[in-house]
Amino acid sequence: MAISPELLLNAIVAGLLLGGFYVAVTVGVSVSFGILDIVNIAHPAFIILGSYIAYIVNTRLGVDPIVVAFVMLPVFYALGAAVYEVYYQSFERRGQEALRGLAFFFGLLFITEVALILVFGVDYRYVQAGYIGPTWRIGFVDFPLRMLVPCVISLLMMGALQMFLSRSFTGRAIMAVAQDQQALRLMAVNPIRIKRIAFAISIATASLAGAFLIVIQPVEPSVGREYIGRVFAICVLGGLGSMPGTVIAAMLLGIVESITSTFYGPSWSPAVAFGLLLLTLAFRPAGLLGR
Amino acid sequence: MRLSTFVLIAIAVAAVVFGVSRGIQNDYVFFAGYVVLNYIVLATAWNILGGYCGYVNFGSAAFFALGAYSTVALHKLWPMPIPMLILIGGIVSGIVGLGMGYLTLRLRGAFFAIATLAMAVVLQTLIINWDYVGGSRGAYIIRPQNLEIAGFQLPYVQYLFALMLALTVAAVAVARAIERSSLGYGFATIRDDELAAEACGVPTLKLKLIATALSGAFMGMSGAPFPYYIGYLEPSSAFGLQYAVNSIAMPMIGGTTSWIGPLIGAVLLGSLQQIATVTISSAVNLLIVGVLLVAFVIIAPNGIVGLVQERRRARGPR
Repeated sequence: MAISPELLLNAIVAGLLLGGFYVAVTVGVSVSFGILDIVNIAHPAFIILGSYIAYIVNTRLGVDPIVVAFVMLPVFYALGAAVYEVYYQSFERRGQEALRGLAFFFGLLFITEVALILVFGVDYRYVQAGYIGPTWRIGFVDFPLRMLVPCVISLLMMGALQMFLSRSFTGRAIMAVAQDQQALRLMAVNPIRIKRIAFAISIATASLAGAFLIVIQPVEPSVGREYIGRVFAICVLGGLGSMPGTVIAAMLLGIVESITSTFYGPSWSPAVAFGLLLLTLAFRPAGLLGR
Repeated sequence: MRLSTFVLIAIAVAAVVFGVSRGIQNDYVFFAGYVVLNYIVLATAWNILGGYCGYVNFGSAAFFALGAYSTVALHKLWPMPIPMLILIGGIVSGIVGLGMGYLTLRLRGAFFAIATLAMAVVLQTLIINWDYVGGSRGAYIIRPQNLEIAGFQLPYVQYLFALMLALTVAAVAVARAIERSSLGYGFATIRDDELAAEACGVPTLKLKLIATALSGAFMGMSGAPFPYYIGYLEPSSAFGLQYAVNSIAMPMIGGTTSWIGPLIGAVLLGSLQQIATVTISSAVNLLIVGVLLVAFVIIAPNGIVGLVQERRRARGPR
């Protein structure tokens, strides 16, 4: 097959934009799984929940989906804090997170999906916003705004989170809680509170990621399952808990998926992430920028 | 109780179940019973890895579908009797389980769980893109009306039911045998403290691989007759979420530490779902399973078996 450079360049740019979106999808898991060691496989379900909230408000009141997501941030934060409280009381405190904690999150994932199916059915839903149609064109390279806007905002979000984690006291405490809880206690910080804050932040990012998702593509309740493989592939490839690693891995996966779907067809793209995940686990389980 | 005695009793129970089902004179009993039996096999298989070793497999649907699709592929290539297909489905799924396990089981438990979750999505992608087995359109398997054994006419659904019953006996007997063997103690050390087990010289990776292969093989075997049962197989029914969630929920609700837990869970939950599907709707009954799963892992971490044991201990003399 002759590969024209224009097509290839367009595929790479599309992949970078997609990768930016994947950053938003993964950042929550990077915090919960990467830093806190909580295997939150229900994260994509929270993202889909975010999508549906954006959808409801957008169709009823005509508010921009991303604005809705920003407004919903505190609600998702509270939801995350509540989920962590249940998780901590029932599993982490008793040392049962390995088997039952995983089953708990799997149950949450499942309940959310089935509940959404019962309420909204399996029809694809979409939103309306000014930036969903138009495309910027520089030379022969396309920048569809519906990809560019989520990409830019999600990179900004990532930057803000990285600043928070490395500069503020709470942020540093979050990074420390993964390493030595006892040391935190000696600093008069309650590690459980810090973990609750961190987990709540990770769920809050799902609100934004959900809005981006429904801006980029129509959504139905089981779309979330496709993202489980992607999210964890990015998280592991980037190196657990490394924010810069997450960005690099997300861009990489975006490019590989975009090239695959341009040259082989979009029905293969879910398989790419899994291949990447298995290769990483087999050859470099610590990830690109792993500790 | 010795293993041989247990197997004899299990076969006797199975024979009684079959006899009673025939006595009811309604084919629906066989259709519903087949599904419940299928879940017993899946739950028992899941428990060999999940309950005994403590490694969570979210990809039960994928192993089940592997068995079903190996039947579809072979049906077109080389028609053969179903017991052979069950064996082949088991081998295919067992090998895939072994490969997956080899890549991910050396790492922390969570990685294996995530990999199985992702594997389900990828295998589904492969099947959708594979035209030979029908792709996303699905494949038809026409099953004969009756099966003739030594001049005796047996309706085909009863034949499938009998096969699944035999498979159920086999799966439960194997699970029970493992529990009481050195293999089972090895598995338990992995579940309780893998690092300590490794330090004491337990060959943890080898044991985990055995468990994964066995568990995957039984899931595949239970999937192999499925195309004949349903008549028309498409990816979304073979990879149905209900298999993945039920094979986790049933052992968790029944109790994961012994063979009886998944059996109780599967019989209860499986029958409940058969009733709920007819009386309410299939989406609602999936919701019930999910809610029960979450409720049980929070409130009764050791399942129904655990609840019974606690009560006995509380009542008995100290």
